[in-house]
Amino acid sequence: MTDVTASELLAVVAARELRDDTTVFAGVGVPLLAAALARQRHAPRLTLVIEGGIIGPEIAPGRLPISTNEMRAGRRATMLPGITDAFLLAQRGFVDVGFMGGAQIDRHGNVNTSVLGTDYWHPKVRLPGTGGANDIASLCREVIIVTPHERRRFVERVDFVTSPAWLHGDGARRAAGLLFGGVSRVVTTLGILGFDPDSRRMRIDAVHPGVSVATIREHTGFELLEAPRLAVTVPPSEDELAMLRALDPERRFLG
Amino acid sequence: MAVGGCLFSRTPMALVRELLRQRRHGLTLARNLTCTEGEFLMVAGAAARIVTAWMSIGLPWGVSKILRHFVESGRVALEEWSHLALGLRFRAAAMGVPFLPTLTMLGSDLMDVGGMKRLQDPYTGATLAAVPALFPDVALLHVHRADVFGNCQIDGYPHMDADIARAATTVLVTTEEIVGVEETRRRPERTVIPGFVVDALVLAPFGAFPHECYGLYEADFDHFADYTRAIDARGPAAVADYLERYAYAPPTWGDYLDLFGGERLALQQRRARELTGE
Repeated sequence: MTDVTASELLAVVAARELRDDTTVFAGVGVPLLAAALARQRHAPRLTLVIEGGIIGPEIAPGRLPISTNEMRAGRRATMLPGITDAFLLAQRGFVDVGFMGGAQIDRHGNVNTSVLGTDYWHPKVRLPGTGGANDIASLCREVIIVTPHERRRFVERVDFVTSPAWLHGDGARRAAGLLFGGVSRVVTTLGILGFDPDSRRMRIDAVHPGVSVATIREHTGFELLEAPRLAVTVPPSEDELAMLRALDPERRFLG
Repeated sequence: MAVGGCLFSRTPMALVRELLRQRRHGLTLARNLTCTEGEFLMVAGAAARIVTAWMSIGLPWGVSKILRHFVESGRVALEEWSHLALGLRFRAAAMGVPFLPTLTMLGSDLMDVGGMKRLQDPYTGATLAAVPALFPDVALLHVHRADVFGNCQIDGYPHMDADIARAATTVLVTTEEIVGVEETRRRPERTVIPGFVVDALVLAPFGAFPHECYGLYEADFDHFADYTRAIDARGPAAVADYLERYAYAPPTWGDYLDLFGGERLALQQRRARELTGE
């Protein structure tokens, strides 16, 4: 595993979360890279839905899109319904998994990609914003977050809820009017996190090879629960790594 | 003012350039994903408020330093809506109704930013978000082809242009090509904006460059890299110099394109053809 970078591990582990014959709404960067890998390797009938209003593209190795609404993202697509209508397919319940990143995430899985600081109109740091992240988090049947594991990202409470997961705990999401969905897993560079089914607090479900529970706790800004049975991630195979590296030879997203 | 396309796809760059040249100021820009054109309008003092879901160029170039500079200092207000919510704001206006019910944004802090209200479903009592219609005074759009009556056809990604055109009071369109009405009649299913909603039409080949136009030319990523490198070194002053060179100095759109050179334009055309297999 010494020659596997953190981003490579993240992409490979994230790809394994996706199942064949499902539909995934993938954000640009590592999520899209992981979805493309899953399609090539174990889920050939996985349908990608992309924010630019794209259904069923086949991403070309070496021609990864930089944004979700440029020509590269729609290569060999089966439909280009437009942005609004692509999201409305999710609102109707047709998208199984939302696959996204996140700048700041809290113990209930809520994500902030808007502002750091407590005053929205006078932020300490202005981030790019929701884009489609709020819609993905609100409307997909299930959401998987893919993110580097850093203490500054994993905070007790996010400064701003851009994308809702479980809000302040079980029941809050439904009470707000969201009919389904919620974050099921957070795949990070150190392990896989899930949520306690009752309190909807984040817990450690699996550790990556060579990573201890203590290390994960050290890199998390709040107290994590632990799953009853902790798993250890199977290391990326040569085959997974080769396919992944071929997808991003310029290492735009693999770093 | 609403700007069509999305991020660096089919941005009406020739129209944005003209707006800069006319030294407009105090505008509200509404665009679903905002890219370099938003930075130009900020630095030029043209935009006082930006209504958008996201602003930067793209992941490899990080968070926009221009966005941070102008929003953190309070000089430009950034009113954030989710991507779908903004799309539905244009669609509600395009439909001629004051709002549309949706599930998106419920429970998030975005609800308070633009003042989105909740409503009870009159049939079941369920909670919904009521997205307010957005009727822009002016829409700037760029399309693949249009006839002299203003019927517009778009290839590839439709983005939100068709809704924006119907929502806006005044609609200004640039087009890669002006065709005879017989050409429109041969493929009427491709027409997405009827001529009677268009107020002005201008021929502007490469009218989105250095952004992309689906099937015709790919975005010039090397140009973005040079542009962001200059910002990394010198901040907003680099954008002011850029505007001097690309917006204010060249008298015509043709002179602007000459700054990139025919070879570069041809290369981006070849790349687009490879991607769409044409």
